[in-house]
Amino acid sequence: MKSYVAQRLGIAILTLVGMSIVIFTLLRLAPGDIVDILFSTAGYVNESEKQAILKELGMDRPYWIQYLDWMRQILTGDLGKSYRYDVPAWEVIRPLVPVTIELAVLSIIVAVVLGVPTGVISAVRQDTTLDYVLRVLSLAGLSMPSFWLGMVIILGMVSWLGWIPPLTYVKPTENFRAHAIQFALPALAVGYRSSALIMRITRSSLLEVMREDYIRTAWAKGQAERVVIWHHALKNAILPVVTVIGIEFAFLIGGLVVTETVFNLPGVARFLVQAILWRDYPIVQNLVMFIAIVVILSNLFVDMLYGVLDPRVRYGG
Amino acid sequence: MVASPVGVPVDLVVVGAPARPGWGTTLGRFIRRKPLGAAGGAITAIMLVTAVLAPWLQTHDPIATDATYTLGRPNAEHWLGTDHLGRDIYSRIVHGAWVSLLVGVGSTLMGSVLGGIIGLLSAYVGGKTDLITQRLLDILQGLPLLVLALVMSASLGPSVRNVIIAISIPIIPRAARVIRASVLSIREMQYIEAARALGVRHLRTAFRHILPNTVGPFIVLCTAQLGSAILVEATLSFLGLGIPEPYPSWGRMLSVSAAEYAQKAPHLVLFPGIAISLAVFGSNLLGDALRDTLDPRLRGSR
Repeated sequence: MKSYVAQRLGIAILTLVGMSIVIFTLLRLAPGDIVDILFSTAGYVNESEKQAILKELGMDRPYWIQYLDWMRQILTGDLGKSYRYDVPAWEVIRPLVPVTIELAVLSIIVAVVLGVPTGVISAVRQDTTLDYVLRVLSLAGLSMPSFWLGMVIILGMVSWLGWIPPLTYVKPTENFRAHAIQFALPALAVGYRSSALIMRITRSSLLEVMREDYIRTAWAKGQAERVVIWHHALKNAILPVVTVIGIEFAFLIGGLVVTETVFNLPGVARFLVQAILWRDYPIVQNLVMFIAIVVILSNLFVDMLYGVLDPRVRYGG
Repeated sequence: MVASPVGVPVDLVVVGAPARPGWGTTLGRFIRRKPLGAAGGAITAIMLVTAVLAPWLQTHDPIATDATYTLGRPNAEHWLGTDHLGRDIYSRIVHGAWVSLLVGVGSTLMGSVLGGIIGLLSAYVGGKTDLITQRLLDILQGLPLLVLALVMSASLGPSVRNVIIAISIPIIPRAARVIRASVLSIREMQYIEAARALGVRHLRTAFRHILPNTVGPFIVLCTAQLGSAILVEATLSFLGLGIPEPYPSWGRMLSVSAAEYAQKAPHLVLFPGIAISLAVFGSNLLGDALRDTLDPRLRGSR
């Protein structure tokens, strides 16, 4: 077990190094840099001033030195300075992290609460009208862009309830009710989409388990349907579902990019888009690395969880 | 009676083989067994026809603005209303089908073909090459599709070609995985051993004898990716990093503030989103049904 974890961690670190190279290269390929954008807003270009700013930001150095510098910063926990805000990158990112984590956790809760029970019902009532309706509804969830669903929710709230989404972020300590509403709506929009995947996996996994001998034995013993399904079958069927929840958690961040924009929430994802548009490299590369680390750690965590949930799983070689 | 090369009368050989069902029969059976899949196919076909016939289906010039009739409600003149610049929404949606399909199909095909070739070679060669390829693909797959596409399209700059490239790159590792898995099992089959024993060269074995047998998984892969490619295009365009103006893109049409226009013109938000959802819904339905039909291992799992 220990050597397995060490091996997995080793691969994870190699993957992260590879990602950092990809991200770094991609951002340097981009046409135009922050200086161009600063000058285009100012409306004139002064070549010597431009060089001075480039030098101050360390952008006149060769790429490989800039890359090594970035790696050194990550290892020492100093994430460099934001080009745009002229403050340490970490100070800009830190207040955004809790917003995104709160939204992601809420969305996953919505997704599981919606997805697992509907998946079970759909499997138990396989090929009935109810099953078809639930499947079409879940596929519809996968087909709607979550940002559009968010817009439609806002639209409905505005025209029926006269509710207008707050333009600024409300802290939970200031006004808890406003904060809860502000987060509930985007969590619903994102969670519905993720629930579709969870529902489909729950359904197919449960269908497979229901065909096994021990379930037939449970039926034969005269166990109630409720006990057979929720106690015997779901216990074994839930394993693939846990994997999907782990993957979804990581991929949620992708969905949050637009949802945070639509709902005006100051999270990591919305900020990533703004930083990309501004070519604020320290922010972008650190945010993308942050997302990559979350993705890889959650994959690792799910694999470890397997051993806890299913004693038959043994790690090795 | 004519004799076949092996000496058996030809009509005997023919009688033994079951008649191959024609296209019409196969299609009819598909519709009967997979009504949802057929509905998905129909939606996809309608989208294809709309995209191709856009110039004839339009009622107005999709990029012509009309300052006298902005945010107009749907009426007999403008079937789905007009946007904040007075452009006809129906005509823009019809043309948007072409952009959406072009980017969706283009990036799916590019990503799947590149990924497929990588997966095929990686699995066929095996050993260290396979291991290293897998680790490299891990790097590309470690990021959410949208985040990678976002960084890619920002660094390439906004144009239709660049958006196709940006969306196709994240598809590569996913396609490579699927094709690799199917090649790994085909590689061990006896007819491959036979081909090698007969002296067929490696490249020919891989592309002539293994590749045709991965067509099933490949088609399933493409239909499954098409929906998500269309979604990513819409999202990129919504964020202003996708299809540039003046192309009418569904995602870009939505990049107005919902709160701002909700009272005056909800159709501005509703119709382009319905178009995106329907297109993705159709290809998802079709993809699901094709997966059940073409991939027997997944039969029953749905």
